Amino acid sequence: MLEVAIRSKSYAVAGGGRLQALGEVAFSVGTGEFVCLTGPSGCGKTTTLRLVLGLEGEFEGTVARADGRVAAAFQEPRLLPWRTVEDNIRLALPPELADTDLDPLYATLGIAGAGRLYPGELSLGMARRASLARAFAVEPSLLLLDEPFVSLDEATAARLRALLMEVWQARPTAALMVTHNLREAAELADRIVVLSARPGRVLGVHAIATPRHERDAATIDAIVREVVRLTPFGQP
Amino acid sequence: MAAERPATAPATRLPGRLLLGFVSLALLAGVWAIAASVAQSRVLPPPGAVLAFVWDEALDGALWVNLGMTLARVALAFTVAMAIGSAIGIVMGLHRFTDRLFDPWLVLLLNLPALVIMVLAYIWFGLTEAAAVGAVALTKIPNVVVTMREGARALDPALSEMAKVFRFPPARQLRHVVLPQLQPYFAATTRSGIALIWKIVLVAELLGRPNGVGFQIYTYFQLFDVRAIIGYSLAFVAVMLVIEFCALQPFEARARRWRKRDA
Repeated sequence: MLEVAIRSKSYAVAGGGRLQALGEVAFSVGTGEFVCLTGPSGCGKTTTLRLVLGLEGEFEGTVARADGRVAAAFQEPRLLPWRTVEDNIRLALPPELADTDLDPLYATLGIAGAGRLYPGELSLGMARRASLARAFAVEPSLLLLDEPFVSLDEATAARLRALLMEVWQARPTAALMVTHNLREAAELADRIVVLSARPGRVLGVHAIATPRHERDAATIDAIVREVVRLTPFGQP
Repeated sequence: MAAERPATAPATRLPGRLLLGFVSLALLAGVWAIAASVAQSRVLPPPGAVLAFVWDEALDGALWVNLGMTLARVALAFTVAMAIGSAIGIVMGLHRFTDRLFDPWLVLLLNLPALVIMVLAYIWFGLTEAAAVGAVALTKIPNVVVTMREGARALDPALSEMAKVFRFPPARQLRHVVLPQLQPYFAATTRSGIALIWKIVLVAELLGRPNGVGFQIYTYFQLFDVRAIIGYSLAFVAVMLVIEFCALQPFEARARRWRKRDA
């Protein structure tokens, strides 16, 4: 579904010269697979995601996506402030989905009744839900999530993670989520891709055998310890 | 955030504000009437005489013809200036090379007096309607360009990326992503634009048109008829106020409705 084979990505920096952001980054995400990309801050997680989304310019290597719709939830909700929540979501829909009934999705994500509000009237948690609703509403074949729960309180983040899994499992697509939170990755992922410090390269890929619904706190702790032991990247 | 604001004072509520506005205007008319009665001069007629003149011109039909011609020129010049200025401004805001190439032109035009543009347009293109409207538009275009260029520079790349990821068609992106971001700049340049343009249109009419408010003021200036000069000016100011309250403000309120429900 998604084949990432980046050899190198660098940026021009002010005053000349180039900064290498990524080294060898190769992994794949299959249909129905939830992959988390993690690593120390500044290692190029978001850059990798942006390359997949086609939002970055030149780089060496290839990113191959199967045909089909792509959706993303960014770190900030990126809703149009001058359109209601409902309009924000409807505007993202392709023509063939224009008449979809979105109420069940709103209900699952806990934003039923928020459709007529403007984004400025929502809390960050609600705006994140709206952003997730938009991503799921387009029924993507590839879903990309960039730290969608960062800067939420832990209780809200935990609730949103559970909601994310509920909507995703109802219609599993290829999903790639960037997170710096290893516990989050251990809770959600089928596989965890660990990047090194900048320039980011793949240190290791961990497949998690325990089924998602059997992962309790102790299991998650064990997964995190195992990932850190095999691929120490300087940050727990 | 309505609850955190102090209770609305009576003077800032709409009926109260309107009333205060009328009181203020009545006060001005009163001062004018007193000054006129003290001066007892032909060059400072009392408000009543000016009103009577406007009434007579209105009955005669001349008022409507001249107001109409001026308004048509303002509308045309405004539309041309906004269309061309916005297009150039947005392009300059998005392309640094174009911006650097044409910025000196902009500085030159911004500092060229409207009168010079007007006179040159009449000399080069004759005393025609097109020359008048074109020259007025040309004096306004640089202001529109500067404002819209700022708007284009301030476009949020995060929203453009969102639109790209979700594959917004170009028309949808323009209407729902780009134009709402440019709206405040558009509103600012509209407001200053209309105020500037109608004054320059008067100069254009004075110099080379056979009708319109500017032509009338020039005619009555030669006759030393202050009553008519003030009458025509106030009549046109009244027209602009109607446009302000019936078109500009409702449009802006509509465009701003997402900011704060209670504002």
